[in-house]
Amino acid sequence: MNDTLANTEKKTAYILTLPAVLLVFSIILFPIFANIWISFKEVELKDIRIPEPRAKKIVKSISDKPTKIKILYKLRNSSLIQEIRDVSFQDNFPKNFEIENLDPRCSYKKYNLKCEFGNWPPKYKENFQVIFATNDGSKIDKNNFKSIKPKLDGKSDNILLNTNFTLKNFKKVLFENEFIDLLLTTFYYTFFGTVGSIVFGILTAQMVNQKFYGRTFMRSVLLFPYVAPVVALAYTWELLLDPNSGTLNSLLLNYQIIETPINLLGQKYIEISVLGFDFKLRLALTTVIMFEIWRYFPLAFLFILARLQAIPKELYEAADVDGASPFQKFFKITLPQITAVISILFMIRFIWNFNKFEDVFLLTGGASGTRTLPINVYQQGFAISDIGMGSAVSIVIVVLLLMFMFFYFKLLGKRVDEN
Amino acid sequence: MRTKNIILFSLISTFFLIFLISIWKILATLQGLSINSFNIEIIFIFGFLISLAHLGIGDRIKSIYKSIIFSSIFVFCDGYLIQKLPIWYNVGVFLILYFFTNKINKYTFIGLKEDHSTQVILFDFLTLFGILFFSFVILFPFYMMLVTSFKTQIALLVNPLDFSINFGQDIRDLFKSYFVIFKSYKFGKYIVTSTIVSVGTVIITLLFAIPAAYAVARLNFFGKTFLSTSILIIYMFPAIVLVIPLYTIFSQLGLRNSIEGLLIVYTATTLPVAIYMLQGYFKSIPKELEEAAILDKLSWFGIITKIIIPLSIPAISSVALYVFMIAWNEFLFSLMFLDNPNSFTLSRAIQYLSGDAETPRQYLMAGSVVVTLPVLFIFVYFEKYLVSGLTAGSVKG
Repeated sequence: MNDTLANTEKKTAYILTLPAVLLVFSIILFPIFANIWISFKEVELKDIRIPEPRAKKIVKSISDKPTKIKILYKLRNSSLIQEIRDVSFQDNFPKNFEIENLDPRCSYKKYNLKCEFGNWPPKYKENFQVIFATNDGSKIDKNNFKSIKPKLDGKSDNILLNTNFTLKNFKKVLFENEFIDLLLTTFYYTFFGTVGSIVFGILTAQMVNQKFYGRTFMRSVLLFPYVAPVVALAYTWELLLDPNSGTLNSLLLNYQIIETPINLLGQKYIEISVLGFDFKLRLALTTVIMFEIWRYFPLAFLFILARLQAIPKELYEAADVDGASPFQKFFKITLPQITAVISILFMIRFIWNFNKFEDVFLLTGGASGTRTLPINVYQQGFAISDIGMGSAVSIVIVVLLLMFMFFYFKLLGKRVDEN
Repeated sequence: MRTKNIILFSLISTFFLIFLISIWKILATLQGLSINSFNIEIIFIFGFLISLAHLGIGDRIKSIYKSIIFSSIFVFCDGYLIQKLPIWYNVGVFLILYFFTNKINKYTFIGLKEDHSTQVILFDFLTLFGILFFSFVILFPFYMMLVTSFKTQIALLVNPLDFSINFGQDIRDLFKSYFVIFKSYKFGKYIVTSTIVSVGTVIITLLFAIPAAYAVARLNFFGKTFLSTSILIIYMFPAIVLVIPLYTIFSQLGLRNSIEGLLIVYTATTLPVAIYMLQGYFKSIPKELEEAAILDKLSWFGIITKIIIPLSIPAISSVALYVFMIAWNEFLFSLMFLDNPNSFTLSRAIQYLSGDAETPRQYLMAGSVVVTLPVLFIFVYFEKYLVSGLTAGSVKG
């Protein structure tokens, strides 16, 4: 009795979870493995379209013979590079028509024309023509012929499914295209974006955790950049920072803070001298990181605020009795209480900033030294149309991510052991 | 010690005043006033003197009178003697000064003798500064987006700093950008597409996620722990690594440029977090209710529809709102999968619009307002639900 109950429970569970599991696995897990497959192939964007046999039907009346009609099929192979094998053709015709001069590749039975065209090489073209005549001598209506569409079928190799593999893509990714520079840019973007958003998250959470008028309103406002669509925000920032008529540059010029406009998103380096030291700052990258921080610090804020509100009030009261200063309270009580949240946040944000595509793409498109790994996936795969290369870059991303997660959990595990 | 505290207090409060006045000046500049200098030195001297005078006078005058006197003196000197500016600007300066003098009222001569008094003051002013700074930095781009959409091309080129809107003009001229994007750029159609895709994603996600979450929360079956951990791990995998294989597969299946294709991808990417959020909530529902239902011979379908769903409306709402937001804001997949303007979503349409260098910026901003408003409206209206969704779903972003 118990056994059958457990069995039905199992069955129900499988029925309930199956749709979700199937969908997630086919759309998320399968592509990750497909990436590995594609990354070892030489595939270009144009190769992935499956070649199709196509026919355009043109109906022509013959001027001096109203009982006859000519039908022209313009046949072609849609692919420029691949062969189609065993092309078969089928078309139906209205009743009471007879065919003249039947092509040897075809047969005509019950008003149905069937042809076997054999193999079509790439770029293949043929004009195929049949002539019909009424068997009772009546006139022909062209529209009866036009309304029916021919059916074509054929076999072709799917370039993705053959077993020709190559290491070319990985060689190119790792040894060409300034791979080190790409990695460094990605790392700067990820690291400073993450740290910045966490720092601002701590500041704002600390701020909102105090009592003041308009506190709930402030909390909503702080989340605006995170909930609003990235497209709208990126273009607004672009307008704001525009060198010619952007608000920021106009303001700075107006108050005579700068003399010439700065192209914040289009200039790779800017020379800065601090205390006599001259160094080059990657300007566009810094701007993109600023946007990143602006957009994602609300998340850190939300997490840290939730943690701050859970800290027992008694701790602060005790500190007051001991005569601790506000800074002592912050560094000795608040900070230790939020380190756990911060380390989780750091990992989550690090992973997601590492994979961030939209923000950089919309702001600079990867120009002026802001090309990160995800941007490179897009550029290789769609701008240069080399799908294989794009996949290889994706694989590099996945491997780096897995490495990061591995080290992170190891470090975290160690720290837990020490405590 | 006390002199040091007094000087520090004056300095900190003066810097705060300079910040307040500077923000007000920037906002005034953006209304078309020509102010070419922050006059930091003058405000510094005034601020410092006001802080010192405040401490010196102490309780001898009622605080309201004190504030009004200080504010009036400042406005008179700054507005009347140095800069000749419209009356509304000076009223603003007066209100800022009134606010400022009220804030420093808390601190007295005697109070500055206490331990850590400078740190307390610094902390207080940093908080005030932070509130204003962050409000400004966050709201300013949104303000600019909205105002630009009401301007004309010529006005923007003549004076890029003039953000003032002439409300006196004909309503058709005022909303011209909106009329144009809806008429010439088919934004109405894109709104419909975006709505169908987002609402569709919410419905399908819930249909798939509720049963699965129920099974994970309540039933015992082989592979349960594997399932619940893999859900989160899968969720960490970024969209950018899925794009190329999905693009090739969708091209071959003819799913590109179709709403169905987007629905499938959006549902798959939001399902893991939806299941994760829901199963957590389902676990908190007392088991006894279901046990009673089983005795009544209700099937699992009956249990889910009659007991689980009615009891978890809050959790389901936050999942629904969160998923809606993700689908509405999504950009990467719509960029990859849609290249036919007839099947664009709003985000993709705006990006397409910006690809044309000729597109006037006010149209772009009008489009941005159209795509942003629904999300912000939903967020403000359902903040409670959405915040819990954000916190739980924030592994993604």
